[in-house]
Parts: sequence; C-alpha cells; structure tokens
Amino acid sequence: MDIFANLALGLDTAFTLTNLMYCLIGVFVGTAVGVLPGLGPVATIAMLLPATFGLPPISALIMLAGIYYGAQYGGSTTAILVNLPGESSSVVTAIDGYQMARQGHAGKALATAAIGSFFAGTVATVLLALFAPPLADVALKFGPAEYFSLMVLGLVASVVLASGSLLNAIGMVILGLLLGLVGTDVNSGAARYTFDMPQLADGINFVIVAMGMFGIGEIIRNLEHDESRSLLMKKVSGLMLSKDDFKRIIAPVLRGTILGSALGILPGGGAMLASFASYSIEKKVSKNSAQFGKGAIEGVAAPESANNAGAQTSFIPMLTLGIPSNPVMALMIGAMIIQGIQPGPAVMTEQPALFWGLIVSMWIGNLFLVVLNLPMIGIWVKMIMVPYHRLYPAILMFCAIGVFSLNNSEFDVYLMALFGVFGYICAKLDLEPAPMLLGFIIGPMMEEYLRRALLLSHSDPMVFVTRPISATMLALAAIALAVVMSPTLRRKREEAFHEDD
Amino acid sequence: MPTPIRHPKDFWTGIIFLIFGLAAVFIGQDYQMGTAGRMGPGYFPTILGGLLALIGVIAMIRSFVRPGEAIGRFYLKNLALISVAVLLFGFLMRDAGLLPAVLAVVLISAYASPKFSWLPTLLIAIGLAVFSIVVFVKLLGLPMPILGPWLGF
Repeated sequence: MDIFANLALGLDTAFTLTNLMYCLIGVFVGTAVGVLPGLGPVATIAMLLPATFGLPPISALIMLAGIYYGAQYGGSTTAILVNLPGESSSVVTAIDGYQMARQGHAGKALATAAIGSFFAGTVATVLLALFAPPLADVALKFGPAEYFSLMVLGLVASVVLASGSLLNAIGMVILGLLLGLVGTDVNSGAARYTFDMPQLADGINFVIVAMGMFGIGEIIRNLEHDESRSLLMKKVSGLMLSKDDFKRIIAPVLRGTILGSALGILPGGGAMLASFASYSIEKKVSKNSAQFGKGAIEGVAAPESANNAGAQTSFIPMLTLGIPSNPVMALMIGAMIIQGIQPGPAVMTEQPALFWGLIVSMWIGNLFLVVLNLPMIGIWVKMIMVPYHRLYPAILMFCAIGVFSLNNSEFDVYLMALFGVFGYICAKLDLEPAPMLLGFIIGPMMEEYLRRALLLSHSDPMVFVTRPISATMLALAAIALAVVMSPTLRRKREEAFHEDD
Repeated sequence: MPTPIRHPKDFWTGIIFLIFGLAAVFIGQDYQMGTAGRMGPGYFPTILGGLLALIGVIAMIRSFVRPGEAIGRFYLKNLALISVAVLLFGFLMRDAGLLPAVLAVVLISAYASPKFSWLPTLLIAIGLAVFSIVVFVKLLGLPMPILGPWLGF
C-alpha cells in the first residue's frame, strides 16, 4: 500500500538526529510555555519564528508543531495543579483535574491527561495519514473559484466559533484582510496603503501582527490582575494509574478522540471547541455523571484526548488545502511561505518528505510528551511558580529582539508596539484578535483567487454559485451563519463559552 | 451624565471599524479600480473597506438599542510604560546597541508592575542582557551591535 511507503519516507525524514532534536526542543519549549503564566502558543510561536528562518523547512515546521502540542499539554498541567488553564483548550480540564488534585490525586490526573493525549495523538496521526492524501487529490482539482469559496467558508467558521459578538468578529476578519493587503500589489506593482514608507513596501510581516496583538497586548492586559499562584503540593506523586482507573478512562478517551478528531478538521475548529464539546457530552453519557465537577477522572480523560486529537487533525486542512483553521495554523502557513513553500495541495506531491516527515514527527513528539513530561513534572512545578512580574519583561525583550531581527529594522519594532496598543484596545472592547490574524494571513491569497476566478469567468460573478463545489462551500458558510444567528443557538453558544465561570 | 449609548463597547468598536473602513475606501481611490474581470489594485480593498464601514455603522446603531456592559478602565500607566519600553528598544537598538536596549526594555517595563522592586529587577535585567548577547550575538550570530556608535564604539 501507498501509505506504508509514505510513512516509511516520513520515518526516514523524522528520524534524523537533527529533526529528532528539533522535535524535542519544540515539545520542551512548548510545554515550558504552556506551564509559564501568561504566554500562549500564538505568542510563543511568533516569538520563536525568527529563530527558525535559518533552519531547513522541515526542521522548522517540526519544531513549530512540537511547540503547539507541547503548549497544549503544558496548559493542562497548570489547569490540574493550580486551576489556571494555560490555554483556552484546557479550561474544562481545570474543572475536574483541579478537584482531583485537591483530593490528592494530582499524579493520577496528570497521568490520565498524558495517556489520553498520547492515545488521541496516535489515532489522529493515523487519520491525518489516511485522509490527507485523498483530500489533497480533491483539492488539486480546485480552481480559483473553489479556493475563494473555501476561504470564505474558513473565515466564516472562524467567526462562528469565536466568542463574543458575531458582527464584530466579522469586522475583525475584514480588518485583517485589509491589513493583509498593505504593501506592493503583485499584479500591478502599485504600492497600497504604504503611506510612502519604504518599510511597508513588502507588507507587514505577520510575526509583527501576531507578537503585537497576542504578545504585547496580552502583557498589558495581564498586568491588571497579576495574581500569585498557589500550589497545593510541592511534590507530585502517584503517577501510576490502577487497573480500575484504566477501565474508567477507556471509553471517555475513545469518545474524546473521535469527537476531537472530527471537530479538528473543521475550519475554525480545533482544540478548544473539541475539549468543550467532549466534556459536555461526557457529562451526559457517563455513568459517573454525578461526580463531574467533583474530581471525576473521566472529566479529565475526555477533554484532554479531545483537545489533543483536535490539535493534530487541524493540520489536515492546513497541509492539504493551505487553509488555516486557527491562529496557530495561520502562523504555520506564514512560516511555510517564508520558507518558500506555497501552502496547498501541491505540498504533498512536491515535498513528500516534508509532508510525511512532519506527520511522523507529530507522533514522535507525542511520545516525547509522555516519556519526558511525567518524570520531569518536578521542573514544571517549579516553572508554574515563576511570578509573572519577573517573567513579562523577559517576554517583551524576546519579542523586541525577534521582531528587530526579521529585517534588522527598528521600524518593525515600532509597528509591533502599535499593534500591542491596538491589541489592548481590542481586549477592552471584547474584540477577538484570532479572526483578524486569520484574515491577515489569508487576505492576499483571497484577493488573488478572486481576481483569477473573475478573470477566467470573464467577470461573471455567477461562477461562484454555478460551480458545484464552490456553491456547496458558500452554502455551508451561509448555513453556518444562519444557524448561529438563530436565537436559541445563540444562547447555547454563549453558554458554551461561559462554562468556565 | 446620561447618554443614549447603551452598549459602549459596541459603539467604540463601530467607530474603529468605520474609521478604518472609510480610510481604506478613500485612500483606495488613488489606486486603479479596474473592472471585475480585470481587477485593479483598488478593487478588493474598496469592497472590503465599504463592508467594514457598513459593519461599523451597524455596530454603532446597535449600541443604541442593545444594552451591554461598560468598558473596563484603561490602565494608561501600564499601557504607556510597556509601549515606551518597546519603542525605546527600537530607538536604541541600532545606534546605542543591544546592551542598553535590553536594559531599557526590561527596566522600564518591569516598573509597570505593582510588585516592582529595584534590586531583583536590576539583576534580571543584567542577566537577560548577558543572556541575549551570548545567545543572539555570539551563538546565533545576529548582526546586532552590542554597543553602538552613540556610545563611542
């Protein structure tokens, strides 16, 4: 079978000493970041991106992917030990995980999270290997009209799943699209929105936007409520699960994995939605539903499996279609473009080693997470206790050095400060930065596909609805919007996002 | 003072969208529009700008109808200190060098925290400066001056 030859190629690529090392570094840094207060995966990946520009593309992507799922895992650790979810996707883990820790079962909760994540990661990796090639085959037949509609669908999905006002989220997407157009227009060579500044001629680097909005904006906001963290125990022990525990978590892990894998593939989906959905389903179907919220091991197993599965399968639309389903994937696409790889279905045929190497490395990375993290829990516990007011000046410094090193330009640093201020304003107005970042990355591609589609159809806009695939995608986008606007669902959606308080 | 604005967050969001949208449309007039079949550089941004302005107007109208919570306090001191710290880093980097730039960004930003104290912050600043010189300049070889021409180097 083809798939074995492909996986063999992936093994060859991933199992070089350098790539294993970058995978390990990525997983380690990611976990550290997930554990440290106030640093999200988007800001971290943006911060470390400049350091990966010098690496070969495959090593860079392996490391960035490692950071992503490492951060996911680290976020669960803080959720369980200090009731502070490091990432939004581990919010629900905190509910039962922290209760378990209070009852002295922190070790068990951590082990459950690790085992659930590993299992889910393994399954999701297999799914990725199975489903990515046929999907890419379909995508290879896409014309510009299909791509344009696909992007509309992706952006609509990211809006539908954002918390807060739908209208404002759409506004943020459009603002992002507009910002993405700043710079020289590839078709006409006209400089757009550059205000005659040569530094803007090549457009705004996405690293600057991500660091400003997600890094600096966050810091200013976090400073308002810098609480010290209190840890229940200085030492975590009892990392082994009993036979009984295993029996209890098998079904939730399976359900979480299936649900998470499915939700991760959806544009706009991914880890956060997966963990929320699987927790609420588990709460309904579990035999121990009365225990939920009071330290049920199932309440840790299900969302942890789901968020890891979702994190892995969200790579499917990114790698096969070139469409980011969340801000982290948007950064990965940006990283690929900088490395000279045009994201899309052609990646698999033109760069098979990169594609399959990345997939295999994800499984290796998940293995690293389990093997390294449980024994290293002592280090993570120490990192949890790093006070934020000692940490954030260092984050700022890394952001500043990273952005300066992009082009050796102080202008970029000033621009990052500006985006930081804007990020803070957005936070005050409850505007989510994630849809804006997606729009920003997709903007130039979207314009290009719109142009080509209308050029080919001799300026007939009906091309988007007469071609069946394109029409289906636009219809899906319209349905998604309509459904979210319906009053009952709207209330449900608000509830789902407020489960944590 | 009573105001008819019942949802201040939506109101100001609307203002921001409206300003950006209109700016995109007006500046976009300088670029060739072209036609739908042969789009000029002004076509797509003009459409987007128009949409954004429209959304801004809707958000503003909605803010008079639908109630919402007030905007939380702006911590201007924090905002200013963090921004100045970053700006100063950019300003110092090329001509004064990495060392003073790092000291500036760390010391000024740390001052924003209510838990600020001089001695540990100084030690952290010096530690980070040494770290970044060793890692970024010596190990990674980034073309950054450690001390720049302003300091006589």
